[in-house]
Amino acid sequence: MTSREFCGLCGKEAAEAGHPDCIVLLALEPPRYCTRCGRRLKVQVTPRGWSADCIEHGPLHG
Amino acid sequence: MTDIVERARSQVLERGVGLGYDDLVEVLRLPDERIPELLEVAHAVRLKHCGPEVEVEGIVSLKTGGCPEDCHFCSQSGQFTSPVRAVWLDIPQLVKAAEETAATGATEFCIVAAVRGPDERLMAQMRDGVRAIREAVDINVAASLGMLSQEQVDDLKEMGVHRYNHNLEAARSYFGSVVTTHTWEERWETCEMVRASGMELCCGGLVGMGETLEQRAELAAQLAELGPHEVPLNFLNPRPGTPFGELPLMSAADALRAIAAFRLAMPSTILRYAGGRELTLGDLGTRDGLLGGINAVIVGNYLTTLGRDADEDLALLAELKMPIKELAKTL
Ligand code: SF4
Ligand SMILES: [Zn+2]
Ligand SMILES: [Zn+2]
Repeated sequence: MTSREFCGLCGKEAAEAGHPDCIVLLALEPPRYCTRCGRRLKVQVTPRGWSADCIEHGPLHG
Repeated sequence: MTDIVERARSQVLERGVGLGYDDLVEVLRLPDERIPELLEVAHAVRLKHCGPEVEVEGIVSLKTGGCPEDCHFCSQSGQFTSPVRAVWLDIPQLVKAAEETAATGATEFCIVAAVRGPDERLMAQMRDGVRAIREAVDINVAASLGMLSQEQVDDLKEMGVHRYNHNLEAARSYFGSVVTTHTWEERWETCEMVRASGMELCCGGLVGMGETLEQRAELAAQLAELGPHEVPLNFLNPRPGTPFGELPLMSAADALRAIAAFRLAMPSTILRYAGGRELTLGDLGTRDGLLGGINAVIVGNYLTTLGRDADEDLALLAELKMPIKELAKTL
């Protein structure tokens, strides 16, 4: 992905590098917002991973 | 009056009798410099009354978010503007989660749903899910589905659910500041029904929600009175958008005092690290707690947040020479 427009944690607009504080928190959280459109993701956390789905931009995995 | 740590030694370690409310308040008030000796006694109590094994569990959310209740610590309540969206796990994903959990050496797999209590759809999903897991994976299946009717207790038992989790969450005197959509007494009733059914009861709560030290001691004493098989201890991880979202993190020292107090209140229970330890205790504190009364862990991720890598926890247990409890011993 080339440009990040929204922060995956807080969903607010973000420059390419993202919000530094939010990036730290993303070590213990799955993303909650799509970085491309800022919509809330449907997120499923499993014991060893997570998956997330944007209604517009499809699935993400971690 | 003898010193509280000495009293813990003679009463809890030697005789296996848990400390009562007043003594627990004293434990929680001990100064920082006495924490090492406090943890040492709590660890000795755990070794003598539970043994060296650690019970390892994985958890997964079958139904996430959209809960009608208003537990102020919870990102899954539909009453707050939390970013967590409602989602259901299907049966193949559930079985996969159980397999991943078993692969860590865990003997417990707990299926959790964010509901006030189960409806027909959830009970049907449980019936299919538990059957599919039991056919595919060698692991004990536990569940946490909110408040139950007697019929639902009987159904879960018949499905082969061996342990049921239902937390008191908070001391009775603080509960009204944490939840307004149901009562502490309703929670207690479900716990009593579960225990009477012969399923193992898992019942704990959270600390660091703004309660006083007295209320923290009260929660430990009330849990001891209930006498669950397992007590999961959570440290509040303030969730954005929830009423407790702006509370400060509990200090590691307070968390360690709480661990020791819970162990000294309940010498022979399974005392499990549940949510929030990564933030509150970090790596160093996690180790201190395992040497201070904790004898069970949740490995891997939680319901909506991520945990430490399961391999790191397993390596820590190996380093501490704490064997993982085997399935045969828990059945
Ligand atoms: S009942 Fe459970 S899922 Fe619902 S708000 Fe309370 S803690 Fe969260
Ligand atoms: Zn952000
Ligand atoms: Zn999107």
